[in-house]
Amino acid sequence: MLSARGLSVRYGRSVEALSGVDLEVPADGVLAVLGGNGAGKSTLLRAVSGTLPLHRGAVSAGEIVFDGERIDRLDPALIVRAGVVAVPEGRQVFARMTVEENLRAGGLGARSAEARSSARERIERLFPVLTERAGQRAGLLSGGEQQMLAIGRALMSDPRLLLLDEPSLGLAPQMVGRIARVIREIHEQGTAVVLVEQNATMALQVADHAVVLEVGRVALSGPAAELAASDDVQRLYLGGHAESQAQAESEEAEARAHRSTRTLSRWTG
Amino acid sequence: MNTFLQLLVNGLGKGAVYALLALGFVIIFKATEVVNFAHGSLVLIGGYLVYELKDALGWAGAAVVGIVAAALSALAIERLLLRNATSADHNSLALLTIGIDVIITEEVVRRVGADIPFIGDPYDSQPIRIGDLTIFRTQAIALVVGAVLITAFLLAFRYSNWGVAMRAQAENREAAALMGIRSSRVTATAWLVAGALAGVAVLFMATQDFSGAGLGRGTHAIALIAFPAAILGGLDSTEGAVVGGLVVGLTEALSAQYISFEFSKSAVFLVMLVVLVIRPSGLFGTKELSRV
Repeated sequence: MLSARGLSVRYGRSVEALSGVDLEVPADGVLAVLGGNGAGKSTLLRAVSGTLPLHRGAVSAGEIVFDGERIDRLDPALIVRAGVVAVPEGRQVFARMTVEENLRAGGLGARSAEARSSARERIERLFPVLTERAGQRAGLLSGGEQQMLAIGRALMSDPRLLLLDEPSLGLAPQMVGRIARVIREIHEQGTAVVLVEQNATMALQVADHAVVLEVGRVALSGPAAELAASDDVQRLYLGGHAESQAQAESEEAEARAHRSTRTLSRWTG
Repeated sequence: MNTFLQLLVNGLGKGAVYALLALGFVIIFKATEVVNFAHGSLVLIGGYLVYELKDALGWAGAAVVGIVAAALSALAIERLLLRNATSADHNSLALLTIGIDVIITEEVVRRVGADIPFIGDPYDSQPIRIGDLTIFRTQAIALVVGAVLITAFLLAFRYSNWGVAMRAQAENREAAALMGIRSSRVTATAWLVAGALAGVAVLFMATQDFSGAGLGRGTHAIALIAFPAAILGGLDSTEGAVVGGLVVGLTEALSAQYISFEFSKSAVFLVMLVVLVIRPSGLFGTKELSRV
């Protein structure tokens, strides 16, 4: 569906952020892109979505092909029309606009009014909270709700490929789990997903395939389950997160048990 | 009391014209973050064409041509000069617009010559008398036209796809691009609309009623009053531009009557300074919105 071949990206003259990256996103899959800070993950998404020029970057070699057509020289709006939509890092909802207006802005890139209205129904099913908060300013939503809005807004143009840049960033573990379920659901509904993440535990649970970027190059790639089992990935990316998420889950279970049995002393009379 | 009512209507009429100019100024700033100092010259281009063509086409036909010409001139400035300089910083682009302003203004002044004509034929110098009240017809019509155009603009800005795209781009250019919003199209329409509003404004400005300045440097100088209007309203707020325009119009009218005519222009800038000291981002300018 989407492939990058020998992709190199430069910012200015001297900074090469990606060099000779090859990757393939299957039509029915979720591809996780892992890597530390500065590995080139966000640059990869900017290259695919056509927003490199806004960061003074450019594709210096190679090509990106979506459904047989090169998209690496296209305007971002044409890439959206082709069916590739990105959710940027840090959510970047339109904070001064309402939830409803954010969704409407997302629908401006849709190919047709029918696509827009079916996307709207899909979003209402996926994120009922957005319907409840339709009139509220997006900047006043919680972090998790803003992430849902950012994903919902991107789905409004009915994309065939959704690119997500660190959707778990800054969210509580329970919310990370919820976002992971939503990503699987979006994929099951027929939208391919590229998931860029530092949270490798979450990404490898959700993805079918994964690539690991290191300093702008593909260091590892393969089925997600195999990568999750590999020593390198375990040591470099899974140690910290596995521990913290497992810990968070057990703490939450404990807290739940505690809540069900405990009575606040001042109400006991 | 009658004098005050007269001043109120005349001041609001002038204010509506300033609001049209300030709105244009603000939407260009919102779409591109460029402060367009060439706005005064767009006013003169529209006015000049009305002056040249009104004998041949009649006033109304010439007015339409003037409005369209001001809009297209604004678009040409953006397409030919600013669009190719996207890597330049916004201060440089603002300076570039000053250069454009000087060139166009001098050319119009040279062409018009020493006559400095007025162009508001159908309504100019025909005051409306209601009892003891005397209202300038130009200002009364400006108030009605301004109210209609401003209402239409604000409704479009809030509810139309164009308005949503414009606001999205103003808030976050990258996120808007990722939604498939075409930045170049949004920017082009912002300049077109701003130019058209300047073309409408000049129909009221280059009249005896409005200022007695005529089509020349005087009217260009009056157009500059749109800057304090936009700034005191909040440079990135369309509602602020409207309120700013009205505040400026009223300040000018009231201070000219009750203090002195010479002081009225300074009064406008004094009000701007006071507002900025109390509210640095203007009356309606953006303050950071955050959840606490």
